[in-house]
Amino acid sequence: MKRYLKIFTAGLISDNPLLMLMIGLCSALAVTNNMANGIGMGLAMTFVLLCSEVIISMFRKLIPNSIRIPIFIIVIAAFTTIVDLSMKAWTPALSEAMGVFIPLIVVNCIIMGRVEAFSSKEGVFACVIDSIGMGLGYTWVLLGIAAIRELLGDGKILGFQIMPDSYQPILFFTLPPGGFLVFALFISMNIWLKKLIDNAGARAGKSGKEAVA
Amino acid sequence: MNLVKIFLTALLIDNVVLMRFLALCSYVGMTADVGQSVGMGFAVTFVTVLATAATYPIYHLILVPLHIEFLQILVFIIVIAALVQLVEFYLKKNVPGLYTAMGIYLPLITTNCAILAVTFDNITKGYDFAEAVVYSVGVAVGYLISMVLLAGVRERTRTSPIPKFLQGTPILFAATSLLAVAFMGFAGLIK
Repeated sequence: MKRYLKIFTAGLISDNPLLMLMIGLCSALAVTNNMANGIGMGLAMTFVLLCSEVIISMFRKLIPNSIRIPIFIIVIAAFTTIVDLSMKAWTPALSEAMGVFIPLIVVNCIIMGRVEAFSSKEGVFACVIDSIGMGLGYTWVLLGIAAIRELLGDGKILGFQIMPDSYQPILFFTLPPGGFLVFALFISMNIWLKKLIDNAGARAGKSGKEAVA
Repeated sequence: MNLVKIFLTALLIDNVVLMRFLALCSYVGMTADVGQSVGMGFAVTFVTVLATAATYPIYHLILVPLHIEFLQILVFIIVIAALVQLVEFYLKKNVPGLYTAMGIYLPLITTNCAILAVTFDNITKGYDFAEAVVYSVGVAVGYLISMVLLAGVRERTRTSPIPKFLQGTPILFAATSLLAVAFMGFAGLIK
């Protein structure tokens, strides 16, 4: 049980795919100029990650080592196509807003990285836990960045006016430079959080570490 | 005239890294020094143009007549992966000098989202073949420019006093933010 808890929490802060491992950045920055896009991207990404990890984990003993990369890519591309077509059919506005970034999930390094490093070795249940943890780790960063950018750049959260009417929106934050700046501050914050957790863990002894994380 | 417009838009106004957030992984990973970033930039330029030349006819001559456009993602990624592999074999055998200069970057390029995005854009923007090739050159050179710019900044940051909370990767993105502000100045270039 403890092992699964550790797998689950790794993706949230200490091995956060975006802030610590620096992978899968493209989609994370491009779609976060408002919260709705952030939620959509987070869900789409988590779905593809979960399905790909489970499928590859099931077949891990059958996949020959020398051609594993092409097989991984085909599995991931199949699920990305499913997400892309489903979003075009059911949420056309969201699909329009995110444009090319939904098909680009296929080359998202987070998925390839997790499939290669984790699900080609571990069992199905561990993979479910891992993909949900990584997916949540990805989604909370997206939502955090999107909330700041939408609030400061538009005065709204999820389309609802939050700031008083006299607030003059700072357009900078909805434009690309704002995305880079907010992301820089998020990395900085995460490094600080990780240090805090590590220190608390060191104080509480070895066993306390996972509980705090 | 139209081709010039497409080229400049792809190169500066819609710069692939700074304005469209594509290819950020290699942008962060491969800019430790200027030489490395130039190598990666040229390798990407080469593969992007080849990928356009390969996927554009495949889409219009095979996928459209057979009405299997929904396989676009799957087909394009496989074509690009195969293409990168072939280029690697070819260079290794016939142009070993270029292979040693470019070889280490090639495997990374398969998962470079800028290349896949360009091949999708060629289709969604409805370009003809010449426009698609010019567009892909513009995007790729734009990538090269932004890589070299960041690599230059990074070499400076190593000896500069940086606020403690921005040390390491945060300063990279703060610098990128400023580069992006500069590139926004190009927005009025083409009416």
